[in-house]
Amino acid sequence: MTRLRTWLTSSDLAGIAVLALVIVVVLPLSLDIFRLNLVGKYLSYAFVAVGLVMLWGYGGILSLGQGVFFGLGGYAMAMFLKLEASDPESTKIQSTPGIPDFMDWNQLTQLPIWWEPFRHLPVALIAMLVVPAILAFIVGFAMFKRRVGGVYFAIITQAVALVLTVLIIGQQGYTGGVNGITDLKTMLGWDIRNDSAKYILYFATCALLIGAIFLCRWVQKTKLGTLLLAMRDKEDRVRFSGYDVANFKVFVFCLAAMLCGLGGALFVLQVGFMSASFVGIVPSIEMVIYAAVGGRMSLVGAVYGALLVNFGKTFFSESFPQLWLFLMAALFIGVVMAFPNGLAGLYNDYVKPRLLRKREPHSKPPEEQKPLPAASAHPPPVGWNPSVPRPRTDAKGVGPAAA
Amino acid sequence: MTAAEITNIVMMQGFAGLSLFSVLLLMGLGLAIIFGQMGVINMAHGEFMTIGAYTIFLCSSLTQSYAPGFMPYYFFFAIIAAFILAFAFGWLAEWALIRHLYRRPLDTLLATWGLSLGMQQAFRSTFGAKEVSPTVPDWLLGSWMPHEGLDIPINGMFVMGLTLLVTGGVFLMLYRSRWGLRVRATVANRTMANAIGINTRKTDRMTFAIGCGIAGVAGAAFTTIGSTGPTSGSLYIVDAFLVVTFGGAASLLGTVASAFGIAQTQSVSEFFMTGSMAKVLTLLLIISILMIRPQGLFAAKVRR
Repeated sequence: MTRLRTWLTSSDLAGIAVLALVIVVVLPLSLDIFRLNLVGKYLSYAFVAVGLVMLWGYGGILSLGQGVFFGLGGYAMAMFLKLEASDPESTKIQSTPGIPDFMDWNQLTQLPIWWEPFRHLPVALIAMLVVPAILAFIVGFAMFKRRVGGVYFAIITQAVALVLTVLIIGQQGYTGGVNGITDLKTMLGWDIRNDSAKYILYFATCALLIGAIFLCRWVQKTKLGTLLLAMRDKEDRVRFSGYDVANFKVFVFCLAAMLCGLGGALFVLQVGFMSASFVGIVPSIEMVIYAAVGGRMSLVGAVYGALLVNFGKTFFSESFPQLWLFLMAALFIGVVMAFPNGLAGLYNDYVKPRLLRKREPHSKPPEEQKPLPAASAHPPPVGWNPSVPRPRTDAKGVGPAAA
Repeated sequence: MTAAEITNIVMMQGFAGLSLFSVLLLMGLGLAIIFGQMGVINMAHGEFMTIGAYTIFLCSSLTQSYAPGFMPYYFFFAIIAAFILAFAFGWLAEWALIRHLYRRPLDTLLATWGLSLGMQQAFRSTFGAKEVSPTVPDWLLGSWMPHEGLDIPINGMFVMGLTLLVTGGVFLMLYRSRWGLRVRATVANRTMANAIGINTRKTDRMTFAIGCGIAGVAGAAFTTIGSTGPTSGSLYIVDAFLVVTFGGAASLLGTVASAFGIAQTQSVSEFFMTGSMAKVLTLLLIISILMIRPQGLFAAKVRR
């Protein structure tokens, strides 16, 4: 327990407990199953946002290709479910029974070899985590070893997102094309479409999300987390201290990718289909805004960010479709210009001091009195603070041609 | 297949490649100034192109209803108007948004993405969600047939000519004008440039606005090839960034070379496979080359 206390301060625990209370108790009690299913969908995006807090807030690496990993995890799960849904019995009207319907429509007569392993759930579950991690490793290793960072990394990950989208849409016979993989019914015979299954999946998502937050919190509190922060602010000093900066970056990129994959798989289970529209450039950038709204330094904030932005999206695109994009634009610009630390920053600046002042006469919790670790302290870290001038040459990141 | 037919196919294929090359180069030029020289990631670049395209559309409908006799000539004036309008919006965007974010490149990216979303919705509210295309003057239509079986579209040649003109203009401005000197001085060493009396803030604003203006010209040129919708700018943005990054960010010559390379790769591979696979192949090639050589084709020879 003492070891637990060292990496989990009471304010962390309180934050996570409040979040758990909201998503496990308050929301299920106050929403019907349709809305709750939507929340479950948003929570699967929250995995991406949590990953981005690690990658972007802590590591200082902005990836515009998180949709790729989300999509890979989602497709891994969707392929398994699709194969189960297209057994020879229920697809006997097709010209080739036993293969997914879109393959039949595209005149395929046989299941492609790389689909075969996805008949087994363990393979799909492993692929959902490992495939994103491998891709992240390849991209990250190649780029970080050559000290590419910042803007260049963002552009290249965006290009990767474009490649995958074009590939998925172009290879209709193998991937379902624009429509994606639809009509998913059961998982190992368990119908995922009825209400009880939706409840179970929702709570499973909550549990996994809170687990993911704990995992990331643990990483943040270890030496690795401190190094990540140090790298973000002064990469060269960390390198000169003898650390191999690239390896840490690759690790955090893979971690974020795996979280995305998990989120994607949970998304498929709850929504019942997967398509290229969750992979491309636009969704990938939207995922960044979840983390930005919630606060790029706050794991719990990222979940709220994902929930809020998606609530807003659903609400406005239902009622005022005209306004939604303007609002989204305002959100992007406002968060960047006025609230670089998002909701969590607002909480730390305005709400927390008041809470502390009220509590002061009664008891003094030692954790909150001593200066917080750099991670959650409110003066924003150097890199993001507009009032601290940095040399202009930094503006090009570590990328090439900072001439 | 006779030898003449093969020559025709090769010629037309080559022209398709050149045509794609001029499209890519025209897209990349504005960005080469904004991103390559200033280091600002302007995700709204495509929307500045759309401004240019809609300007042409407006000019064409205005000319058609008020001065039909002027139709054959309006296009030149419309292109100038497209430049001016995009320039003005660029000036405004720099003043309102970009200048606060020079020290935070990744945040610029997000803010300009927001700007692009807002602009897209503004286009949709003003011009409608449907794609529009201006009435192009008659002399831009049709194709040129030097001999039997070989036809070369005139609009493609027009875009090519315009690209040549704009590229030449950018080269002249960057390397032969006072403004170009100031830009290059600011890029090379901001503090020193400031110290010797260059107003770097003014230079920044001017540079950004000129980059946007060139984007407007690019958008104007594209109306001769395809129609314009509120989101058509976003189709170009990744390509444009890849052209500039692949060429080596600070090098204008690199931008030209990379646009040429990318266009030829894509149009040649399109001959052998479907369009989407050709695109995938080209992008993968660019990404892998960038992974091996992150500084791009033409890197500035500076010790980092």
